[in-house]
Parts: sequence; C-alpha cells; structure tokens
Amino acid sequence: MTAPLTDNIGSREHRRGSTFVRLLKRPAGAISFAILVLIVLVAVFAPLLAPYDPNFVDLAITRAAPSPEHPLGGDTTGRDVLSRLIYGTRITLWGAFVAVGTSIVIGVPSGLAAGYFGGRTDRIGTWISDAVQSVPGMIILLIVGANTGNNFDLLMITVGVFMAPGYFRLTRSTVLAVRNEPYVDAARVAGLSNTRIMTRHVIRPVLAPIVIQSALTAGMAMGMQAGLQFLGIGGGTTPGWGAAMNEGFRVMRTDPLLLLWPSLALGISIAALAVLGSTLADVISVKTTTLTRRQRRRLAATNADALPAGAVEAATGSVSHAAADSAVRLENLRVKHETPRGVVEVVHGITLDVAPGEVLGIVGESGSGKSQTVFSMLDLLPKSGYYTADAIWIGGEDVTRLPRAARAKLLGHRIGYVPQEPMTNLDPSFTVGHQLTEPLRAVHGMSRSVAKARALAMLERVGIADPARVMRSYPHELSGGMAQRVLIAGAIAGRPSVLVADEPTTALDVTVQAEVLELLRELQQEYRMALVIVTHNFGVVADICDRVVVMRSGSIEEIGETTRLFAAPEREYTRELIAASLDGAESRGELDRAAREPAGSTRAADPAAATQNTDASDEADRREVRA
Amino acid sequence: MSTIEKPLLEVSDLVVAYGTRREPTPVLHGVSLQVGAGECLGLVGESGSGKSTLGKAVLGLVPVASGTITFDGRDITHAKGRDRRELAADIQVVFQDPYGSLDPLMTVGDILAEPLATAGTGRAEAKAAVGEMLDRVRLPKNVLDRYPREFSGGQRQRIAIARALVRRPRLIICDEPVSALDLTTQATILELLIELQRDSGVSYLFVSHDLGVVRRVCHRVAVMYRGDLVETGDGEQITNDPQHAYSRRLLMASPVADPVLQAERREAWLALRAEQAA
Amino acid sequence: MFIFTLKRLVSGVILLFVMSTATFFLAHAAIPDPTLGLLGSAATPDAQAALAEKIGTDRPVLVQYLDWLGGLVQGDLGTSWKNFQPVGAQIALKLPVTLSVVTFAIVLSAVLGGLLGVLAGLRPDTWIDRVVKAAAVILFALPGFWVALVLVMAFAVQLQWFPAVGYVPPGQSIPDWLRSITLPAISLALGAVVMIAEQLRNAIIQADGQDYMRTLRSRGLSRPRLVTHLLRNSAPPSLTILALMFVGLLSGAIIVEQIFALPGVGPLTQSSSQNGDIPMLLGITVITVVFVVIINLLLDVLLGWINPKVRVK
Repeated sequence: MTAPLTDNIGSREHRRGSTFVRLLKRPAGAISFAILVLIVLVAVFAPLLAPYDPNFVDLAITRAAPSPEHPLGGDTTGRDVLSRLIYGTRITLWGAFVAVGTSIVIGVPSGLAAGYFGGRTDRIGTWISDAVQSVPGMIILLIVGANTGNNFDLLMITVGVFMAPGYFRLTRSTVLAVRNEPYVDAARVAGLSNTRIMTRHVIRPVLAPIVIQSALTAGMAMGMQAGLQFLGIGGGTTPGWGAAMNEGFRVMRTDPLLLLWPSLALGISIAALAVLGSTLADVISVKTTTLTRRQRRRLAATNADALPAGAVEAATGSVSHAAADSAVRLENLRVKHETPRGVVEVVHGITLDVAPGEVLGIVGESGSGKSQTVFSMLDLLPKSGYYTADAIWIGGEDVTRLPRAARAKLLGHRIGYVPQEPMTNLDPSFTVGHQLTEPLRAVHGMSRSVAKARALAMLERVGIADPARVMRSYPHELSGGMAQRVLIAGAIAGRPSVLVADEPTTALDVTVQAEVLELLRELQQEYRMALVIVTHNFGVVADICDRVVVMRSGSIEEIGETTRLFAAPEREYTRELIAASLDGAESRGELDRAAREPAGSTRAADPAAATQNTDASDEADRREVRA
Repeated sequence: MSTIEKPLLEVSDLVVAYGTRREPTPVLHGVSLQVGAGECLGLVGESGSGKSTLGKAVLGLVPVASGTITFDGRDITHAKGRDRRELAADIQVVFQDPYGSLDPLMTVGDILAEPLATAGTGRAEAKAAVGEMLDRVRLPKNVLDRYPREFSGGQRQRIAIARALVRRPRLIICDEPVSALDLTTQATILELLIELQRDSGVSYLFVSHDLGVVRRVCHRVAVMYRGDLVETGDGEQITNDPQHAYSRRLLMASPVADPVLQAERREAWLALRAEQAA
Repeated sequence: MFIFTLKRLVSGVILLFVMSTATFFLAHAAIPDPTLGLLGSAATPDAQAALAEKIGTDRPVLVQYLDWLGGLVQGDLGTSWKNFQPVGAQIALKLPVTLSVVTFAIVLSAVLGGLLGVLAGLRPDTWIDRVVKAAAVILFALPGFWVALVLVMAFAVQLQWFPAVGYVPPGQSIPDWLRSITLPAISLALGAVVMIAEQLRNAIIQADGQDYMRTLRSRGLSRPRLVTHLLRNSAPPSLTILALMFVGLLSGAIIVEQIFALPGVGPLTQSSSQNGDIPMLLGITVITVVFVVIINLLLDVLLGWINPKVRVK
C-alpha cells in the first residue's frame, strides 16, 4: 500500500527538442528564417556590400539597364539601384524595429494590467484600445509627417502607437485566460505577492504569442513605412524602398524594372516575416492529426469488405440474444484514433448486445473506451477516430453493410442519443423550440403546427412545467437540469427503439440526477426502448440497469445481470471498482477507531485493495484518448 | 450546533455577495461554523449552495460583505497584503482541477519549492523539505525536474497536496479534491489525506458534493443549501440519518452501489418526493 | 435591445468627441504656424499676420477649440483655410469616390472571403483549404498599395484590361464606373478577403467540434441543415473582423487612390496635411469616425440578432 509509484511514472517523456529546433525542421520555417537572417546581415554590413555610395549621382547611368558595374542599373537621377536597395534595408529594418518596440512598450504592460486587475482598469484600457483602432491611422500619420519635417523616428513611433491595440488585445486575452486558472489562486494562497505572481506565472504564457505577433507587426510596419515613403513622407534624402517604388511607379511604362526591384525587396521581406510568424504559431500549438478524406474512404472500403478473422488482440465480451432479436449487437468492435504519435487502438475488439426493452449499463473508468463504444454504435465518433467491426446489428440489420446514407438515416429514427453535458449540447444560437421542431419537420416530414404540438407534448412529458415558455427560450436561459430534460425530449421525439445515454447525469447535481434517472426509467418502460447507459457510477448502475458491461482499457472485463454482478463479481477488477464507490465502506469515525486498535478488523483491508489498483488506473489515465 | 472549546477556525455570520455593488447577489447569507485542531469538517451541498465560496472566503480569494472569520483567535476576515501573505504559513489549499492547479510551465520541483522560497527558506533547507514531502505523498524523487503534463490526474493531485503541505500549515481547504478523479484513484487520495492528517495533525475544511466521500474522510459534516447552512453534526449521523428535510432529500437522492439497497432507497426517495409534492 | 442600442450610440458619441478633441490638439501641436504652409513661397510676415487674423489663429488655441467644437455640435465643420470654402461641402464632393472603392472592397471581402472561408471550413485539409491558409499568411501582411502596384503592372499596363488611372462617376456610365474602381477595390480587399476567409474557416472548424453539433447529427439532420447551424455559430468573429477592416480600408484607400489617381478623400487629405489646412483635416477625421461608429453600431445590432446571449447583456 505504501510502495512508491516509481514504476508507473516511468522514464521521462521524450522531448521533441526546443521550439526553435522544431521551427527550423520545417521547410517554411527554415527558409523564412534564412531570408530574415540574410536581410539583417545585409543591413548590418551595408557599407561593405554596397558597391557605391547610395546618394552618389552619375548622370551617365541615368535609367541605365543592368550591367556588370551596376548589376541592377541606375535610377532616374543616375544613382546605383543596388546600392540604394542595400542601404534601404537598414532603414526598413530600423523603422520596423522602432514601430514594434513602441507597440510592445505600450501594448504589453497595459494588456497585462487590464487582464490581471480586470474591473475598471480593464474597461478603460479596452475603451482606449478600441478608440485607437477606430481612427484611420493614415490621416494622423499624414498630419504628423507633413508637419514635423518628416521626422522618420517620430513617424514610426506613431505607427507603433496605432499597432499597440493588437498587442493590448492579445496580452489581455492571454492573461485573462491564465488569471482564471486555479494555479494563480494557489500561488496567491501560497503567499506570493501580485508582482511575483505576474512575473512567475502570468508573463511566461504571454511570451510566445507576443513573438508571433511581433513577426506579423514588423511586416505590417514595413508596409506602412514604405507606404508613407511612397506618398513622399518620412523619406527625406534616405534611400528607402517606398521612395524607390514611388520613383519607379512614375516611370512604370518605360522602365518597369525600377518599380520591380524595390517591390520585390519589400514583398519578400514581409512575406518572410509572415511565414515565419505563422510557422512558429503552428509549431507552438499542438495539433491533432486527422485522416484525409481519401484515407477515410479507403478505410470505409475495407470495413465494408469485413475484416478477416484472427485480428491482433482477441475480442472480449459475449452476447445473450440472437442477432435478429437484439436491439443492438456489436461484434468484435475496434475503435482507433489518430494521434500525433500514430494510430492508437482504444477499443480492442468487443462484443456485446442489448435486447429490446432492456437497460444495459456500460461502466468503466476514464480510458476504458466506454464512450468510444457507444459513439461507434451511433456512428458519431470524433473526426480523428474510426471503427471496424465484424458486424453491428441494429434492429436485426447489420448496419456496417448499409450504404452511408442509409446508415445515417438510422439516427433520429431508430436510435436516439442523450449526451453528458446538458449546457454544451444545445446550439446556443437557436431557441429550444427550433431545435426540437427542426428534426421533426426535416427528418420526419411533419408540418410546422404538428411538429410544434409534438415538441410541446414531449416537453410536458419530460416534466417541464411551462413548455410554451421553454420553447421560446435560448439554451443559456435554462438550468442544467432543464437543459438535460430538453435534450431527452429531443432524443425521444423521433420515437427511437434504442436510446443511448452517455453519462447522462454526471454533470448534474445529485437531486437532479435522481429525477433524470427516474424520467429515463419511466420513458424506457413507456416506449419499451432498449436503453444503453454509459456511466462510471456504480450507484447509477445499481439504480437503473438490468445488465452491466464492465470495461477496462478498451476491453470487456465481464458482463452480467446487475444483481449477480454486485453480489458475486467474477473479476477482481469489478470487485475493486465496486469497493471504491465507498458505499458501505467504513466512515471516518470507524476508520479512526480501527486505527486505535492496531489488530485491525478484516474490513480495513478494503482501502488497501483499492490502493493496489492505483497503478492500473493511473496508467489508464495516461493512455486516455480524449474524444 | 455543537461548539468546540478552542476552534482553530471559526466562521460566524458570514455573508458573501457577488455581482456589482449596486446589485449584489448574496451567495452566503450568514453562515457560522467551526473547525477544531486536527479535525476534518465536511461541507456538502449542490452547485449554488455556496460551499466553495465559503472556502474561498477563508482563503481571502473573495471579499467578505459581513461577518467574521477567526483563525487561531486572530480576526482574518479582511486580511490583505502582508497579513494575508503571512497566513500562507498556516492556511493552504487543494483545488478540484488537477489539470489547472499546477502551472504547466514550471517543473514539479519549482512548484513545490515556490511556497518555501516565498517564505524565505534557504535553498538547501527547501530542497530537504520538498524531498520529505514527496516521500509523504509517495512520489519518487525523480519527479522534480518534470512538468505537470507528464502526470496523471491522481499523481497531479498528490503534487498539489505536497505543495499545500510543504510549509506545514495547520489548516488545508480541500475544494472538491477528488471529484475529478477516477473512483479507484479517488479512494487512494482519500486514504492519503487521512494518513497525512493523522501524522501531522492538520485540520481540513473539506468541500464536496459527494456524501460518500465526506463520510469517508470527515469527522463532522455541515450541509449547505442555497447559501445557508441547514445542518451540522457527526459525519456518520449526517450521512446515515440526517434530520433536516433537505439533507434527507440529498441522502435519498444519492444512489447506493448495491441494487438491493438502492431499490429500497429509491422507494424512500419516491415517497419523500410524493410527500413534498403534496 | 433598445437600451442596448442607445448605450452603444452614447458610447459612439463619446468616442467621436474624444477623438476629434485629440486630433484637434495633435494637429495644432504638429502645425504650430499654419500660415507658413498655407502661403508657401508667398509667406511674408505681413501676409502671415493678415492670414492669421482672417482664419483666427491669432487667438489662443483653447478659444479656437471651443469655437470649432461649437460649430461641430451644430453640424458645421468650418471653412477651409486654403480656399475658404465650407469643409463639409468639399468633403461631400470627394466622399462618393472613396466610399465607392471602400464599399466595393468590403462587399468583395465579405462575399469572396465568406465563400472561401465556408468552403475551406467545411472541407478542411483539401486543396482549397491549403490555398486559403497559405494565401492568408502572405496576402494579409502585404500592404494594399504594394498589391495595387502589382495589379496595375499586370492588368492595366501589361494586359490593359482595366484603366490604370482615373475615375468614372456612376452617373456617366455604370460599367465604366465599376471598371474604374475594380482594381483599387481588389488591391484594398485582397488582405481582408483572406483574413475573413481564414477567420471563418477556423470558426467553422471550431464550431464543428462542439458537442451540440454531435447532438444535432444524432437527430438525423441533413448536411445542409447542419451547415446552417455551423454558419450561424461561426459568423460573429468574422463580422467583427469585417467591421474592424473598414477602418483599415479607409487608411489604405488614401494611398491606393494616389496610385490610381482617383479624386477621393485620399488626395484631399494629403494636400491638406501638406498645406496645414487644419479644419479640412479635422473634418475628414470627424467624418471617418462617424462612419466607424455607424458601422460598429450596425455590427452590434447584427451580432445581437445572431447571438442571443449578447442581447441579454
């Protein structure tokens, strides 16, 4: 019982190298990074690289074509184009640096304050940020530029001010998200001051988004700067790219190359920054892989051909009824998920069935594959998942052999679904009435008035006091218990012969849970439906189920009649799970009394038995694939 | 309500309201309770009962509208800044969510050492204390340089418990510490909490919605309903034979993991429901 | 809903007041002696003094401000310091050009961006999705005037499909009007198109992963009906971006109008800023902010209609 958990913590998870290394491993990241390094080098070593002084005028090369002495030719006033482009890199980079620096200095601290302190600070900050965003910056820039002797730095600082709301919003929203995490509360309770909490816990998650944002902002600042120079503002005598573009624009019809070179330089710089930023964002955010449609089609094809017997892991479970008599029957069901580490099988070939009018419980801990099993029944697995099975019988028909459309038609007709979280399972943008009547009209072909009458009747049936008012309500106006009743009404409105409920009471309070279980029991008996109920709660099993399937890590441990399973579990694991429910276990008072008499009673072994199982359950935790 | 001679924590007439100053929505309307030294007091109730808010008020995470909170004879109702930070030595917390309560960007070693660093403990001393805490929550030493994401829910909760214990507090607020865990993991964490309490004499204010859980760990239990404390008493008595109507409804609604007993309990619940409807 | 709209309106008026005040003092700080720029080479101390008296800049700035604000409250934007014509009338003359281009650009962004976003969002990881993603990265960052130059070179100079410069009023010929604003609108809209498309794509994919979509599927709803649910839930962020884009497009129009030689507000702004014609600049600022406030108000009403939660708050 007191053994350290060394084994199940195992060796350190393989780290995939630092973010930077991962960035360079991607072609887009490596190329854009190389281009930017090159640009910076050109800017730094401009005096060494440029063949001529950028402002030196040699009338002989006015509008000259490219030549060995002047690789890009001469401009309209006889200056070397290449040299001017090289020096222009310096100006472009410096301008972007000033603008981004200003933006960060203004946007990040104010965003931190607004997000962390909230309340009035937040309201004022957000208002100012919105106000700045609602002014066309170009007008202000023109005012500043035309009348301050084209002070370049001042112009770029102004550009920075107009870009600061981007940083403000980003920082604020990131901090807001972090601030509500319990670990910030825990730090406060641990005695950390606000400053320490900010520096230790709040600033770090903000850093990555800021770096990404800076790449984008730098690109936009370069664009703004060139735009201003194009208008003849902030250029002065310096060889900026924007100024060169303006010059080239004026002689576009005769010397298009003069417009091409600076446009290329600007375009490539901005594109490189943008690509670098987006690749970095890709690298940082962990993405789940999904199957391409072609792969999915190929899988569906193999599924239709039915897999040959003798698969990898032996199937578990058994059936109690003839296929034609069962409401649902799964034969050798396997569920696989695409994960970043490859395909993982989460259900390893299970076989089970449920008869019409029977209540079947599927019980297990997280990672046991119980939800994946019922989503396969419904054909509603998440995009990353797919299943194979020898057969899935619904109402005496093997649905794996049905064409897609026919399979989809079962939903809403023969099989209904009650979800776990009532509040997230109603569409927030539509009224309850619309969500109830839409399937009745679209799927069952009822007229508007008939559908409405049916929906009202269903709401009344599930125990809603004022159905007419609830029909007009939006989901956020309902309590959790009411929302779950609405969802049950929706599931049974099509009079299905099978109702699948995935942890239907887990998100509810105990008193509401009892009501909902009672309702499910009544409806099941009234309509003689087969009810498949997924749960982790043995109390719920004891309350409502006729038969139970105990699952563990994707396999079936045992199947049995409820009374038999509780009275005499066949498997040790089942016994441990039931014991862990704490019903009937010693209370704290009894435990303390037992502890005072070290001889100990036999019943004190219970917690020890549960403890032995920690390793297994923790492992299941880790393997768990979130749907 | 039974009174303890020298309670470690005493909450009297506590009122907490959320919302704006102009339109306050009270969530606690004058709640009083006591926690003795080395005792575990369970606080049960459903969502909206205010049980978590009470815990947060003791921790200073929500402002108190009126009433007092006394810790070891000291009024801490409105402790702020330095006073509140000093309380960190005595009052700690374990939250429900084992995924959100540990900073994902810090190593376990840094997470555990942080409260000590704040208290100004020396590096070597802190290291020894952290090592000892790991032993007590049964985690191996090699977890120190890893990140929270590498651990399962149960292991994370052990880390959170170690962090709460590392400064040897006298009171830990346990806010639904096992409700996000699997049943078997839940049982072992409860076991650990009991053992730690016996060894160190720490007190728990144990917030939970699960009668079975509070029965297992709590000496005494207080039942809350919509911001009021409706009943307080011995843990066994409240979880077997509650007196208040709401407590009874709560107990009868909790399903038992035994088909025979549950059939009886459901009959009782149906009777109670019919009685209330009439 | 009425109270909500009223609140937004009041907030818009406050915004207008704050921004015009800020611009007023900024302009006066940036242009300490406007007579210099207004007279140009003809500036002599006597002429400057005479002009200062005529346009009232010999008075303290605060007095000038109150005077200007008084006019603004009555809807009077004052007279230009350059040609002494009413500011409002001059802007009204140029506004249709700029609004044509910007509106065309907004419509393009909404229609094209919406279409691409829906296609990419409903079929993630297909070629259209990849094209939208790649285009979004690069095109969003490139400034409108850069795109304009490329378009002019390609379609006006090389292919000669569109006029390179000039504006044809719609009263003269609708097809020619459209032709004259097509390239400017495209150059402005391109960034917005891909931005909207990407935003909508992400929102659709996110909505598609929500629990309620699975539940709706379980009720047997057909694909088109499911898409309706998806769209209604994913539209708000894209609409917000579209409204935000409006300001950016107005800014961008100033340069793009220069390139295409369109007689819009852009060239007016530039010449006024060079001359130091403060009333004209203030007038332009006020009118743009008014447009921004109106657009935001429309957006709020629209969002309230789409998302019931907003209405309650």
